[in-house]
Amino acid sequence: MQSHKYLENFLRTLGKPLVIFIYRLGELSEFIAKALYHSITPPFYPKLLLKQIINIGFYSLPVVALTTIFAGMVIALQTNAGFSSYGAESAIAQVVLISVTRELAPAFAGLMVAGRIGAAMAAEIGTMRVTEQIDALSTLSTNPFKYLVAPRLWAGVIVLPLLVLIGDIIGIFGGYLVAVYQLNFNPANYIKTTVNELQAIDVYTGIIKAAVFGFVIALMGCYNGYKSKGGAQGVGEATTNAVVASSIIILIFNYIITDLIFTN
Amino acid sequence: MDELVDKITVRNLHKSFGRKKVLNGVDLTVKKGESLVVIGGSGTGKSVLIKCIQGLITPDRGSIKIDGYETVGKSYKDNEKLYATMGMLFQGGALFDSLSVWENVAFGLIENQKMPRKLAKEKAIEVLRQVGLGADVADLSPSELSGGMQKRVGLARAIATRPEIIFFDEPTTGLDPIMADVINDLIIDSVKKLGASALTITHDMASAKKIADRIAMLYQGKIIWQGTVSELKTTNNPCVCQFVNGQATGPIKVEI
Repeated sequence: MQSHKYLENFLRTLGKPLVIFIYRLGELSEFIAKALYHSITPPFYPKLLLKQIINIGFYSLPVVALTTIFAGMVIALQTNAGFSSYGAESAIAQVVLISVTRELAPAFAGLMVAGRIGAAMAAEIGTMRVTEQIDALSTLSTNPFKYLVAPRLWAGVIVLPLLVLIGDIIGIFGGYLVAVYQLNFNPANYIKTTVNELQAIDVYTGIIKAAVFGFVIALMGCYNGYKSKGGAQGVGEATTNAVVASSIIILIFNYIITDLIFTN
Repeated sequence: MDELVDKITVRNLHKSFGRKKVLNGVDLTVKKGESLVVIGGSGTGKSVLIKCIQGLITPDRGSIKIDGYETVGKSYKDNEKLYATMGMLFQGGALFDSLSVWENVAFGLIENQKMPRKLAKEKAIEVLRQVGLGADVADLSPSELSGGMQKRVGLARAIATRPEIIFFDEPTTGLDPIMADVINDLIIDSVKKLGASALTITHDMASAKKIADRIAMLYQGKIIWQGTVSELKTTNNPCVCQFVNGQATGPIKVEI
């Protein structure tokens, strides 16, 4: 008899999270469908979009610049350490170029913006939810999806690619700094190799990734904020969930997109 | 004015959240130009009731008619025009903190009636004056205002679009007795001026007696009593008596 009880307890512990997970998945799918529909149907709010673009884009520049420059620098150092016996000079420029444009700039920009913006979106929309401001929007005949969610989604998709482009340039510049000023390689050669090896697909990959990440960050921020309940604690949870979920999804999608584009 | 026309008719309204039955067959009528106050303890579903009428919550079953038009079972979009004739004063004010005071008041005018911003601002200041606030608060942010002032701005926002139905969610909660009475006066005043129907939910009996034409009591998901203010004073319904007199003992058991 005892074993039955264990089995029941086991299934119970397994079942509850599973049911909650499936419920959340359904809720999220519905949210995505609504968000997409309202993002492409009028009325649009260009002023709010501009505000979000400045918020996400302009104010994220310092963190994206800082993370990508150090990423480029550390790759240059590591490549030198690892490849010095095979003629590191030409390898460094190429490795920095490929790793920054394909992987590091989009991933770092995505993670940084997820921390900065995903959290802020979840906190703002979550507070609006628990203080009934979202209901107030509805009572004033304004659709919260169009007013709050759509501008943020669009801003995410538009701005992250731009941030990544800037991150690409700064990251490569970081590699250049280390190669030229610390490892004493020839600057002209470094630049020549970079320009010769630069391929459109590397940059495209980063841009595609960035657009997807921008969508994910805005979506997770809005979704978690929108569904938050229970006062300050609920908003806190929403903020944490938004950042954790978007960071994980970014890293998983980063792998999947790389696999789709570069395998074969 | 025709006093007999039904503005809002709620019939047999049900709503559950999980296993908890919140509304269990509510019947309620608000006539045109009438001020109805729904009283009831905390957590008895008063807020759910008015959110159902406004389309913010979808009821499980039952009927809600606005001007004789059934809203239950239709999409939000189908009812949008009806919902646009409603205004609401939220319990906490629910002012948009990313906008200034006047932008809050003018929100419905700018976003829906597409009024130019300059004109909308003049209009907003005019409505702010109606609720006793000067033009000097117009450019402040809502967070710079006291609780009583926020309530007034919330009221101004609710009436700015000249709605036909106004909902008041605990309009006096969190205010001192004098400010509460000021808000009561403003509610009576603005509702009368608009000729609107008003549906208020509250557990503040002083406020209820002052602003109500009729009072209804919600208990265990049903309307258990309704009548005029003078009938409230003479009723011997035990639940109503207990609630009105604020006694811990009686037929209503408080869940602690």
